This record gives sequence, C-alpha cells and structure tokens, in this order.
Amino acid sequence: MNTRIDQCFTRLRQQKRKGFIAYITAGDPTLEQTLENVLLLEKAGVDIVELGIPFSDPLADGRVNQESAMRALESGTTIKGIFEMVGELRQRSQIPIMCYCYMNLLYAPGFERTIKRAARVGIDGMLILDLPSEERGNYATLLNTHDLNYITLITPTTPKERIADIVKHGSGFVYAVSRTGVTGVQSKLANDAGQLLKRAAAVTDLPLALGFGISTPEQAAAAARQADAVVVGSALVQRLHEAGRSRNARKQVADWLTSMVNAIH
Amino acid sequence: MSRTRINTNPNRQGYFGSYGGMYVPETLMTPLLDLAKAYDQVRKDPSFRNELNSYLSDFVGRPTPLYFAERMTRELGCAAVYLKREDLCHTGAHKINNSLGQALLARRMGKKRVIAETGAGQHGVATATVAAMFGMECVIYMGALDMERQALNVFRMRSLGAEVVPVTAGQKTLKEAISEAMRDWVTNVRTTHYILGSALGSHPYPRMVRDFQSIIGKEARRQMLKEAGRLPSVLLACVGGGSNSIGLFHPFINDADVRMIGVEAGGLGIRNGQHAARFAGGKVGILQGTKTFVLQDAAGQIRLTHSVSAGLDYAAIGPEHSLLRDLGRVEYVHVNDREAVHAFDTLGQWEGLLPALETAHAVAYMIKLAGKWSKDDVLLLNLSGRGDKDVQQVAAWKEQQRA
Repeated sequence: MNTRIDQCFTRLRQQKRKGFIAYITAGDPTLEQTLENVLLLEKAGVDIVELGIPFSDPLADGRVNQESAMRALESGTTIKGIFEMVGELRQRSQIPIMCYCYMNLLYAPGFERTIKRAARVGIDGMLILDLPSEERGNYATLLNTHDLNYITLITPTTPKERIADIVKHGSGFVYAVSRTGVTGVQSKLANDAGQLLKRAAAVTDLPLALGFGISTPEQAAAAARQADAVVVGSALVQRLHEAGRSRNARKQVADWLTSMVNAIH
Repeated sequence: MSRTRINTNPNRQGYFGSYGGMYVPETLMTPLLDLAKAYDQVRKDPSFRNELNSYLSDFVGRPTPLYFAERMTRELGCAAVYLKREDLCHTGAHKINNSLGQALLARRMGKKRVIAETGAGQHGVATATVAAMFGMECVIYMGALDMERQALNVFRMRSLGAEVVPVTAGQKTLKEAISEAMRDWVTNVRTTHYILGSALGSHPYPRMVRDFQSIIGKEARRQMLKEAGRLPSVLLACVGGGSNSIGLFHPFINDADVRMIGVEAGGLGIRNGQHAARFAGGKVGILQGTKTFVLQDAAGQIRLTHSVSAGLDYAAIGPEHSLLRDLGRVEYVHVNDREAVHAFDTLGQWEGLLPALETAHAVAYMIKLAGKWSKDDVLLLNLSGRGDKDVQQVAAWKEQQRA
C-alpha cells in the first residue's frame, strides 16, 4: 500500500518538513462548497485534508463540530454524496484525503462495500472515532487490504502497552490527541502532549500528528516542534462557517490558514 | 419447575452473543477498562455486598413489597396480578438501586465527582440523592425538552445540590444527554465517574447496571414463592434502555415456564415513524458505545424518536435485550401513547396507584389483553416508578387531545 498520505509523509521527511492537516466537515454548508473549500485548503498549503462525515450523534465532538455536522445533515449530505464529490474533486486535485467518521455510518450500509467505494473514488484513509482497538477485529485488515490507511488514535489516557498494540495495526500516521476531551479550540496546549508523543515514538516509525484544540500560529508552531504534523479542526470550521460565501471573508480565512501553515515551516 | 440454561453473562469483551462491546473513543477506553476491573473485584467482594445491602435496606427501603392487586385480577380475568412495588423505593423508582451501587463503586475508586444523564429525571434524582448522601459533586445532563416535560424532577435535583445542565443539541432528549455526559467524562475522566442509568452503552455498563437492578427479580422470585407458593407465569415490564425489565427478568431467565414480556413505546404509531419501538422499526447498529438494535435510516443516521414518556424515548435498546429477543426468551411488544395514558388513569382508579408513564406502558399491555389471559395466569408486573412526576405531562397531553 502506498496511498497519497504515505507518499505525502515520505516527501515531507525527505524535505525535512512538518505536515499540516486540516479538518472540515463534508457538506457544511453544502457539498459544492466543500469541494471549493478543499481547493482553498490546498492553495493555502495544507498537506492532508481530513473530511468529517457528518453523523447525527457525534459524541467525540465539541460544539463547533457538532453544529457543523448538523448544518451538513440539514443540507442533505449523505456518505454517497460525499464520495461523489471526492470523485469529482479528483479530476482537479490529488491532495491526500482521509475521512473522520463514526462506525455506524460504515456499518449500516455494509462496511466492506462502503470502504471499497471510498477507495475507488480516491479517499486515502479512515479515522473511525468509536472503533477502539478492542473492536478493530477484521475491520483494520479490510481497510488496509483495500488500500485505505487505517489511521489510529492515541490519547493522554492511553498507557504505553496499549499504544504499542494500537499503532501496530495502523498505517498512514498516528493521530495523537493532545488532551483528554472533545474536539474544540483551547487557549494553550496541554503538557500531556510531549510525553504522549515520546511514548508513541518509542514504539512506532509511523509519522505522528498532533491535534485537538490548535487555533493559533503559535500553537501550531509549538505542536510542530514536537510532532511530524499538526491538525487544525474546529478553529477552521468556525472561520469557514462565519465567512459564508463572501469572497472577501473567505480570502481572510485562506490568509489565516496560510499563516498557520507558515508557522510550522 | 423446569429449568433452562441460558448464559446471559457477557464475554470478556462485553458481548452478549453478537451484541454489546465497547464502541467508544480511545480516551474512554482506559477508564472503561479500569471500571470493568474495579467492578469485577467488588462483584465478588462480600464487604461491598454488605455495604450495598445495608444502604439498600436502610436508605432505599428494600425489600420493596410484592402487592396482590385484587381488583386488577378481577378485571383482567386471570388467576392473580402481582405488582413489584419499585415505586416505593426512596426517590420513587427503581433507578436508585443502580445509582447507589455505582456511587459506592465510584467512592471505592476514589472518584469525588459523579455525572449522569437523565431522561424522565428519575435517574438524575436518584443520582443527585446518593451523591448528596456521599458528599460527592454531582452534575446531571438533561435534554432541554425533557427538562420542560419533567420540570418537577429538575427542581428536585437542584434542591439536592446537583447542577442540572440543559442539553440543547439535536432532539434535546435522552440520547443527546448521554452524548453530553460522555463528553464530560472524556474531558474529566481522571476525577469523575459516569453513573450511566440504564443497561446501555459500552461494556461494562450493561452488565453492571443489570446486576445492580437484579435485586428486583431476586426479591420478587423469593416473595412469589413465599406468598403465592409458586412462580408467576408471566412477567411484564416496560423497556426503554431496559434496566427495570432486565432487573426483573434476569433472575427468572432459566425458569423455563415463566413467560416474559417487554413493552416498548409505540408513540404515535410504528408506521409514521414517531415511536421508540426498536424491535418494531430498528435494525442492528452501533450507538453510544454498544452494538444493538437501533432506530436508524438506511445510511446509519439515528432516527428521531417519540414517546409521551421521556424515559422510553430513546433510539437504542440495551444489548442484552437484543440477545434475549434473538433467543426468543423474551417477547417484545409495544403500546402507543394513548394506551399508556389510559393505563396511567386505570391503574390509579383500580388500585389507587398512579404509575410512571414509562411503567404505564407495561400496565397498558396487560390491560390490552384483558379477557385473553388464561384463567391460570399469574401475572407479575414491575411497577418501576410512581407517576407523581408525570401528572402535569398527562394533563397537558389530555388538553392537547381535546384541542
């Protein structure tokens, strides 16, 4: 397997650069707009796009991303529509794309069928929030055999032995959550992050991405000093929402994002 | 008395057959595994049992009586109707059996803060009550719509010193309150224990809650043998998440001759989709930590539910119930809002007992089959809660019907 995500990290390593991962909710406010948003992200220098698949009951998400998911569902967003949008996007962009989703959305329509389709349209990886290692069973293998990275997640509450077991089955990169809690902006990075990254680095060669709560260039720079990549989510979701369709406002979001990206290089 | 041997204990991964498991974000895994381990220890620890039993008797008022409902027996045309009087538990419902057990466990685990979700407010009140008694900080998450429907219980919780946090996401009911409580727990796992109120969610909750509620069935079985000299032929209980029903059913699971009926909320009807009857309109899915029957659309988005009773208004059912349904050990049926409200009045007028609207669903099914029960049938219904909290809601419902 050599997905766009794998290739991206190989390239970043060769260039001795850090990666920038940006999260947006697919379908907020519409899928047409999401396609434009991905292109905006790419232009601003984002390395990997994390596309949230909206779920009615997103229990790992804070208020900003919950509301974003609700807007997406209200505009009629479905997983089928998201896959079509990615297929269309692939005519114009080869930026690595991973999905952030909840298990029921893959389970209900049939797991294997759904991920096969995801791979076919050009999605590169999956992060399944409520699929801990206890439940990964055959699912992890299925993702990897269908050329999708099985992105694993570790948190400050994950003990060392557990980290080893979790990352062993993962691919692409390891998503390290910088604090306990849900997604959302916070004022400073928790100290837990450094220790967590150290513990992970001791047991895996996979790139480590640090996320949850990063919203300023200073925080992004601090995170990039410790990890191979940083993830920005809610802060971006909120700014894109507030900008709406105004060209001027969207330009400001792009500028802010560029300043975030520049801060890690 | 013929016996069967059904194993209803979950395996190490928390599966009842193919249902259950631990479908939660990684942040919750370590606390859940710690909880499972701590619970496994106290389960076998006589000192924990003794401590729990002493609070159950002196604080909760157990054992609760088994009441022979004479008029009801006559009206239904069966041999006898018995009511297990969980409505007489301190705080007015069975919920405190579980809140107390978990609060004791939390105390042993060194947690000084407890949180809970609540639908009808009974679990919130029970948790606020035991938290006050043990001197623990307590935060209750409750859907904003449920706070309106159950204003009295909100007042009770606040009087008991708990903070009640309105949840305004989504449908503003129990499901959203559970998600919000889980978010709090994810954020504060180090100091906090989450007292989940039903036999739902990730392992070890479905088993732990069932065990704490099994006191209902254990007492009832003993009381039946003593007072009636026989086991009941039919057990009835309402099923929301499924804690009062599993608490009654579990000790009778291997009594092959005892028929069991779980009554779900049919709301405004199955066909129009406004209900909470998971076995009538749901399919297997994953919600809030567990794999079980869930009301959802083809894409896996969770459907809106409706019930006149806040405590049954939930899109998933406890995983053990899904297994018992597959095994054919429990029959699951549903009654609608109208039948439940009617039963609320009927039990009041027949026996001087106003049941909770949740409980009224089980009563309604019993009444629905009046004249069809066999002359030899001895029915045992779990009167899981009292109806004082629902008086305003019932009045409003009737007003709405007239309009």
